[in-house]
Amino acid sequence: MSIAITMTVNGREVSGSVEPRTLLVEFLREHLRLTGTHVGCDTSQCGACVVLMDGASVKSCTTLAVQGDGATITTIEGLANGTTLHPMQQAFNDHHGLQCGFCTPGMVMSAIDLVARVPNPTDADIRKGLDGNLCRCTGYQNILRAVKAGAQGMQTGMGG
Amino acid sequence: MYAFEYHRPSSLDEAVALLTSDDIKLLAGGQTLIPTLKQRLAMPDALVDLGRIEALKGIRTEGDSIVIGARTTHAEVAASEEVRAAIPALARLAGLIGDPQVRNRGTIGGSVANADPAADYPAAVVGLGATIHTNQRTIPGDSFFEDLFTTALDDNELITAVAFPIPQAAAYEKFANPASGYAVVGVMVAKTAGGPRVGVTGAGPCAFRAPALEEALAGAFTPEAAKGVSMPATGLNADIHASAEYRAALISVLASRAVAAIG
Amino acid sequence: MNAPVKTVGTSVKRTEDARFLTGRGRYTDDINRPGQLYAAFVRSPHAHAVLGEIDTQSALDVPGVAAVFTGADMAADGVGGLPCGWQVIGKSGVPMKEPPHPPLAVGRVRHVGDTVAVVLAESRNAAKDGAEALMIDYDPQPAVVHLADAGAPGAAQVHDDVAGNVCYDWEIGDKAATDAAFEGAAHVTRLDLVNNRLIPNAIEPRAAVGEYDPADGSYTLTTTSQNPHVIRLLMCAFVLNLPEHKVRVVAPDVGGGFGSKIFHYAEEAVVTWAAAKVGRPIKWTAERGESFMTDCHGRDHVSTAELAMDADGTFLGLRVRTLANMGAYLSTFASSVPTYLYATLLAGQYRTPAIHAEVKALFTHTTPVDAYRGAGRPEATYLLEKLVEKAAREMKMDPAELRRKNFIRPDQFPYATPVALTYDTGDYAASLDRALELSEYATFAERRAASEANGKLRGVGFSCYIEACGIAPSAVAGALGARAGLYEAAEVRFNPTGSVTVFTGSHSHGQGHETTFAQIVADRLGVPMANVEIVHGDTNRIPFGMGTYGSRSLAVGGSAIVRAIDKIIDKGKKIAAHMLEAGEGDIEFKDGVFSVAGTDKSLTMGEIAFQAYVPHNFPHDKLEPGLDESAFYDPGNFTYPAGTYICEVEVDPDTGHVTVDRFTAVDDFGTIINPMIVEGQVHGGVAQGLGQALLEGCVYDDEGQLVTGSYMDYAMPRALHIPDYRFDFTCTPCTHNPLGAKGCGEAGAIGSPPAIINAIIDALGPLGVDDIPMPATPHTVWQAIQAARASTAQAAE
Repeated sequence: MSIAITMTVNGREVSGSVEPRTLLVEFLREHLRLTGTHVGCDTSQCGACVVLMDGASVKSCTTLAVQGDGATITTIEGLANGTTLHPMQQAFNDHHGLQCGFCTPGMVMSAIDLVARVPNPTDADIRKGLDGNLCRCTGYQNILRAVKAGAQGMQTGMGG
Repeated sequence: MYAFEYHRPSSLDEAVALLTSDDIKLLAGGQTLIPTLKQRLAMPDALVDLGRIEALKGIRTEGDSIVIGARTTHAEVAASEEVRAAIPALARLAGLIGDPQVRNRGTIGGSVANADPAADYPAAVVGLGATIHTNQRTIPGDSFFEDLFTTALDDNELITAVAFPIPQAAAYEKFANPASGYAVVGVMVAKTAGGPRVGVTGAGPCAFRAPALEEALAGAFTPEAAKGVSMPATGLNADIHASAEYRAALISVLASRAVAAIG
Repeated sequence: MNAPVKTVGTSVKRTEDARFLTGRGRYTDDINRPGQLYAAFVRSPHAHAVLGEIDTQSALDVPGVAAVFTGADMAADGVGGLPCGWQVIGKSGVPMKEPPHPPLAVGRVRHVGDTVAVVLAESRNAAKDGAEALMIDYDPQPAVVHLADAGAPGAAQVHDDVAGNVCYDWEIGDKAATDAAFEGAAHVTRLDLVNNRLIPNAIEPRAAVGEYDPADGSYTLTTTSQNPHVIRLLMCAFVLNLPEHKVRVVAPDVGGGFGSKIFHYAEEAVVTWAAAKVGRPIKWTAERGESFMTDCHGRDHVSTAELAMDADGTFLGLRVRTLANMGAYLSTFASSVPTYLYATLLAGQYRTPAIHAEVKALFTHTTPVDAYRGAGRPEATYLLEKLVEKAAREMKMDPAELRRKNFIRPDQFPYATPVALTYDTGDYAASLDRALELSEYATFAERRAASEANGKLRGVGFSCYIEACGIAPSAVAGALGARAGLYEAAEVRFNPTGSVTVFTGSHSHGQGHETTFAQIVADRLGVPMANVEIVHGDTNRIPFGMGTYGSRSLAVGGSAIVRAIDKIIDKGKKIAAHMLEAGEGDIEFKDGVFSVAGTDKSLTMGEIAFQAYVPHNFPHDKLEPGLDESAFYDPGNFTYPAGTYICEVEVDPDTGHVTVDRFTAVDDFGTIINPMIVEGQVHGGVAQGLGQALLEGCVYDDEGQLVTGSYMDYAMPRALHIPDYRFDFTCTPCTHNPLGAKGCGEAGAIGSPPAIINAIIDALGPLGVDDIPMPATPHTVWQAIQAARASTAQAAE
């Protein structure tokens, strides 16, 4: 059985026909070829797959594509404005908040959701806000710095 | 994942009508069910997605209770001004579940119905003396959890809301497993008109009240009184993360911290 | 013309970030090929079983399944086993045992997750359906799982022809001198310890895509590798018997490795081989559960150690006995880890004159164990630094001062240790002093009192680590049993219009080579960084490469680039001499300009490059066109980064929970190219060390089932667990490579665990706790506190 779904992904309406068991991340990566969203685990704990769904961060590996029918999705590919990075992306570059880059898309999406809820996050807010994202490379300290700077950038609408 | 069929009813009646066999599962937030399906640990014929049933959503005050619709997410409970004002411990508990993404999708109905022995909500259901509303009846929180992943729900019965009586004061303390984020032990302590209540999750096959602690706190509602209770380890969970003895000790320690938090 | 701004030594922002931050990184799983089949590997559910019949038809009947292959199919094609690249010779000249390791099991499975068959299908789900349907007859056998049991009489045998499961029984150092030192000692400190088994957990799971082109009989393997040339060499020469010129191995962006992506894995060989069998591309991506079972694990030592001292605390001798777990098969570099990367580091930063170490490596029915960030050196550091701290407690000396007293002094370099290495340079007291200052050690007692007032226990712990990295001189490695050279290759190619393409055999899996290497090239050649492109990870584009591990990319790979640059400059001088009609010896090169000494005649690098490719008037008998040079660099010695880490913890005695309150790292990495990137490497290394010390431990049950088989049970460090670090460098440049660089990738993981554990032991000392194993989980700490309280109570009775 296939189900027709439609959603708005990075500002563009897309549709497809999927099996009910198709995960949102599979729809993004395999149907839409948006490979910036990654899969790092199978128990919903690494957060490499985090995207924004109707503005809230969700694990796209723990969401069925059919559950996203009608939703608005933002992935890492949808953040930059042309060649101008989103303030959070820019802050990750400025503060060396990434190394191998694999966890980075999920980390950035979680950070953007965090700042949307807590515009001036403390270190503790950031640590808690990134609890759903694993990074094996950075030891998190520079991610913290980046998210703080990104939060400021998002408030002023500037790069970090 | 094995293949399954998918239904997305828009009303409760429609959803119930779809529950024609044991092999048809309800999909709420999916934060436990989808990982289970991904690991091929379950093979349902169909999922009934409750995601579009608006009647199951929302938080309201009814008399002396806060009533939370089954499809309300943990994030919504954690952020709810109504919950934070009436039962801040419940908002805090919801904010300690899993991680932000789990809280954005996971629902109270899903969590309570799943009855994971280490989930947080069951401590509140038991500790606050909640009432479970289903499409068929109401079930007292004290008798809702029966065993590991086993509740008083019948086949084809689904949770519509959970009603929490507003206590005089309450606090939830959690010792989280650093791997999974689940509670190694979680303790909800409530001061109520009927006396102190202590609900424990993580420690046993399912959430339970701790009468020894309740009695001690009825005598003196102090951290020392709670800490002085030596909980028996018999029957408690033991795994690579914590022995039964450790869990027993944590119950008293966390209860005393909850009492201290209540002040 | 203004001289270009120098970038070396400055924190240039990373150029590779642009693609990673916009979702345009290209990892192996992002790659799809038309007509590809998906592979699902069937893995043993038993730790040890005899393989009976495999009914391939049961899987072929599943819709969408195209093919099923087993070990018998590969054997019929003459496919060989996965090789080990380092031969250890044990006591009395007995070589290590190297039992066969077929990519798909033949006859017997030897660990949970051992690869039995591959199912190829039109979709990932169909492949999994086929794998699940495949009927395999297993006859389960007794298994030996735990290292401590593996050598016991009557233990289950992992390989029929490996008696007692002993891979090798090896020693290093002077036994007689060490025994003599102990006889004359005023005090001996003894310690039993376990170095806990870890699972690497790069966040990108392993993946591989195999392709075969029948038009020219060529193969392409795209894989998650730290060293694509090594994979090509091993797979071609030992496993698939293919000529290297017909095999291209590409490692695109790699999402972390930490050692686990060095090794040649079964899946790489299988998808390559099977692509030709079925005539279609084959894609495989590990699920995390497979990663837990099949990525090589790390550490897993059981040791006893003794330190002999005179009455003043001067170290006289060190004696170490270690059991090391190899798992079920010898992985690519497994044998070298507990020997040449471990026991050779047991001198640490100290002048201990006599050292003797024995290492017995044993097979068990568990996942193979191999290098994981630090590889051997964390095990040596943990043993030595825990032992020294215990000695300080027993001698009632300040742990910092006991160390200082025994440090090799700056005037003693080069310093030959009793365990085969010669340290080129260092200043250990400088790092210690800076760390003491940065950590505010002088006021520790005040913080301890403040913690006590809050019902918490505070402790401080030290670790003065050293590592041998920049692996390695081929001659030394070869003499020690390496079956490969350990040089690095580079090619620097000027394009006619002045941009530079650099091909390096190092391969970044997060280290930022595209930035650091470009800084070196830009500065030395006087071209803007934006005009330099770094190419890596493709055997068809790069001359050769030994890859990235052992903190070697800058010290070895970077030095190879420098050598190629030197050749470019030499060639440039020849061209300049010709163009400027001067003697070659009169040409000077500085900041991108070739000039004739003492004149105003000059040409820029760009002009020289253009002329090199438009050689209208070159004297071709003396001067070749083109500006493209390559170099192989083989270092003269290892490099020896060292430093001091100081940790302060606060322990909650009621729950056993440990909070790392303060972590100070002072490292001497020699010359630093990009401080931002280097600091990031330390952050990450320390986080992994903190993971080992407090959170991570691989647990098998007695039947060999992996209990910590997912992130539900294997605790990874998260942002909540990590403190803010205090961080600084000292610098004694490496004496034997052109960059003065020592390498920084592993230090954090090497130096941090003993600092953390020592701090916990210090905190719990007042309760009578004198040891804590890793990981020091709350449960473990709580149990230690309970045991100490019980024994105190008993003593009082």
